[in-house]
Parts: sequence; C-alpha cells; structure tokens
Amino acid sequence: MSEASAAQSPWQTARITRIEKRTPRVTSFFFKLSRPFAHQAGQHVDVRLTAPDGYQARRSYSIASAPESAGTIELAIEKLEDGEVSPFFHEVAAVGDEIELRGPLGGHFIWSASDGGPILLVGGGSGVVPLMAMVRHRTMRKSAAPIALVFSARVWDEVIFRDELIGLDDRRDGFDLVLTLTREPAQRASDYSRRIDAAMMVQATERLPKPPTLAFVCGSNAFVSAAAQALIDADVPASLIRTERYGI
Amino acid sequence: MRPLRKRDVLMVTRGFSSGRRPPTDNDARIPPGQYLEQGFPVLSAGPTPRLRTEDWSFTLKHGPRPIKKWNWTEFNALPLTRMTRDIHCVTAWTKFDTAWQGVLVDDILADAGIAPPTAFTLALSFDGYTTNVPAKDLLDGKAMVALLYEGKPITPDHGGPARLLVPHLYFWKSAKWLNGLQFTERDEPGFWELRGYHIYGDPWREQRYTGDP
Repeated sequence: MSEASAAQSPWQTARITRIEKRTPRVTSFFFKLSRPFAHQAGQHVDVRLTAPDGYQARRSYSIASAPESAGTIELAIEKLEDGEVSPFFHEVAAVGDEIELRGPLGGHFIWSASDGGPILLVGGGSGVVPLMAMVRHRTMRKSAAPIALVFSARVWDEVIFRDELIGLDDRRDGFDLVLTLTREPAQRASDYSRRIDAAMMVQATERLPKPPTLAFVCGSNAFVSAAAQALIDADVPASLIRTERYGI
Repeated sequence: MRPLRKRDVLMVTRGFSSGRRPPTDNDARIPPGQYLEQGFPVLSAGPTPRLRTEDWSFTLKHGPRPIKKWNWTEFNALPLTRMTRDIHCVTAWTKFDTAWQGVLVDDILADAGIAPPTAFTLALSFDGYTTNVPAKDLLDGKAMVALLYEGKPITPDHGGPARLLVPHLYFWKSAKWLNGLQFTERDEPGFWELRGYHIYGDPWREQRYTGDP
C-alpha cells in the first residue's frame, strides 16, 4: 500500500497503433504502452487529454484486451454525443497520436483464470468491454473454467466483438454466448429478443455445469440495476454479484 | 482552470481543445481532473440492497464493542441538520449544491454520550462495504448520516435509507446503505482502499489511487 503501489500506475504516454470500427457507435483504439503493464481482466485505465490552454479532461475506460496481449491494450470507446473525451477519439484521434493514460486500475471487477469458475457474465452495450477481456483471457490461458456471457444489445449490428464472440461460442469448449436483442428479432436459435429478466438468468445459469461462483454485471446504471435484480430473482446470491456501472 | 503546479509537465494532446468542456460558472469549485455533472450518476460494487426502514438500524462501535444502537424511529428523533455541498466522485464527476438532511456525526456521539475514543473510523454498510475516514473528518459539522436528499427519502440507488455524507472527500467515502460507524485504533483500509484507491481521498489534492501524493 503506498509508494511501491503508486509506482505501478503513473501517467504514461501510449501511442495509438491501430483504430478499428466495431459498430456504428463503438470504435476500438489500440495503444502501445511506453511503460508496459500486465493488467487483470476487468480493470480499466484513466485517460487524460490536455488542451493547449492547460485544460485537462479525464475519463476511465475498461480494457478490452486480454492481459496476455502484453505491451498493447485495446480500449473500445463508445461515442457519446454530448461527451468531451469520446468525441475526440472518434473524430480527431489518429494512428500515431500519443495519449496519456495511467493504469491498470480497479481491484474488484476482475477475474483471473486461476480463480476458476463457473462464471456468469452479463453485459449491456459497451458494458461488454471488461467482460470481453475476461473471455479473451480465458481463451489465451486455455482455461477450462466454464463461462456464460449474456450480452444485451439493441440490434444485431451493435453487438460489439460479434464475430469473435460467435467464433469462440462455436468452439463449444465451455464458453457459451447468449445474445439478446432488445429492438430486433433474435438471429440465432439460442438467442433472445427481449430485455434481460429473471427467466433468462435462470436459463443462463442452467448452461453452466454448476451454479456460478461469481457473476459480473456491467453496463449503464439502468441496465445493471435490472440485470442484478434479475440475477437475485434467479437465486444467484447477492454476495456473488459484482457490478460496474456507468452513466446516470 | 486550476493553477498549474510547477511539477506538472503538460503533454498537449494533438487536436484536443477545451471547447467541448461542459460549461461552468465557477471553475474554482471544480477540483483538478474533475468535470461538472448535472445528473447524479450511480456507482456501486454490487447489487442495490432494498432495505426496509423497519429492518434498519445504526450501531456505533468502539472496535468490536457496540456503544449504542438506534432503530429507524430512534435515529430520526435525533437533531436533523441541513448540508448543501458540492460532491466529487473519483470517476471524475463533480456535482454542485447537493442538498441533504441528516444527523451530524457530532450529534450521534452526543446522543451516545461519548467523545471520539480513537482517531480513526470505519463506516460500515449493510452489504459488507466499508470505508475508512479519520475521526477528525467526521466531526465539527463536517459529516452526517444523511436521511433525505433534496427533501425526500434517499432512494436505494443513492444509498437509502441512510448514507454517510463526507462531502470534502471523494464520494466513495460517503458509504451507501450505512448501518454503523466503528472507531478503530489504527487507520484500517476499507473496501476500495484495499483495492487500489487512496487511503484518504482528498479531491483537491487529487488523491484518487493508492500512493497518490
């Protein structure tokens, strides 16, 4: 606790090496760290932008990449029209730009393959980002921990990381993807077309070989409130549910 | 804009200007690295507990030993004080003029008939959350157990029925779903303080994470 820990997350510069549009509103930015760190899946970084007049804006963004992708991190940033940081990334930032960030940060909404499973992940919209780091970490580590991811998006084209997730689902190696679209019919037989509810959570837990040892829920505040309540109604103990919320 | 400190080495971000900055009429009220928020965002580490006031209680402790326990009715009979304060969340939003009513920690100690027995406290919550606050930061009108927000009962999302309010520290110190205050012999890190967040959390010194100066 103190100086040693402080030295682990000073501000550093990171260079944008790749930009990849994920959905109409979400774009991934890949940063090469000048001071590489090994994060834990689920952690975030703080990003700081500085204007010529000295004004600084900072925001937290979850890391989408697995800890194993050493030296480079992926942030999947949703464009918020009235924001001041996300529009900068979407409209101005380019490959080669240097951005200040510090991390890794956060010590609660984290999962490691060594923690084992089964694990239930529930994400809404860009709330899937820290959960994606967990799924990728499981894959990179060839972990056998069963994971079910319930991912709620408005429409099929807003399913972030869609092809990658479906590819992992198709392996049938203990990772199970459940998509639910709130404004479109389901596209796959096993998916849903409604908001998350207790019945869906019951069915999600039934896809796991045993009851989950932890559940991670991330999304907007309204989403997390509803999804956490659905989990409790599906008899997942509140003490096993970890949440991360954004927005109002 | 805050005055720049000597040790600040600014790396100007290409193409970023302060033009998108949310408007504020009073920069001096915004701590470094914060932005002004009009809404009231909700953050928590787990599900929102739904607590009935008939099941609610508040226990004052010295170490493991209970000094006094109040039920909801008894606690509401203590003197109510108004506090209107700016609040600062470590996730970088600041909200001006939040209006609370509740029982000052001074009045809780007075009702228990004690002076602070140690220099440190842990705030305790129904969901197991804890956060440490030095006793001096809770006294002399600096902190309260809030029961009303904007004149109405505090909603569960915002920590109702009762939450700690320590507005001069980052808002994770203002524990939601409060059910006790424990005086401790040492400064014992609480939930977030054990998970990378600063032991004290002064927004004006930007003490966000463990080890920040």
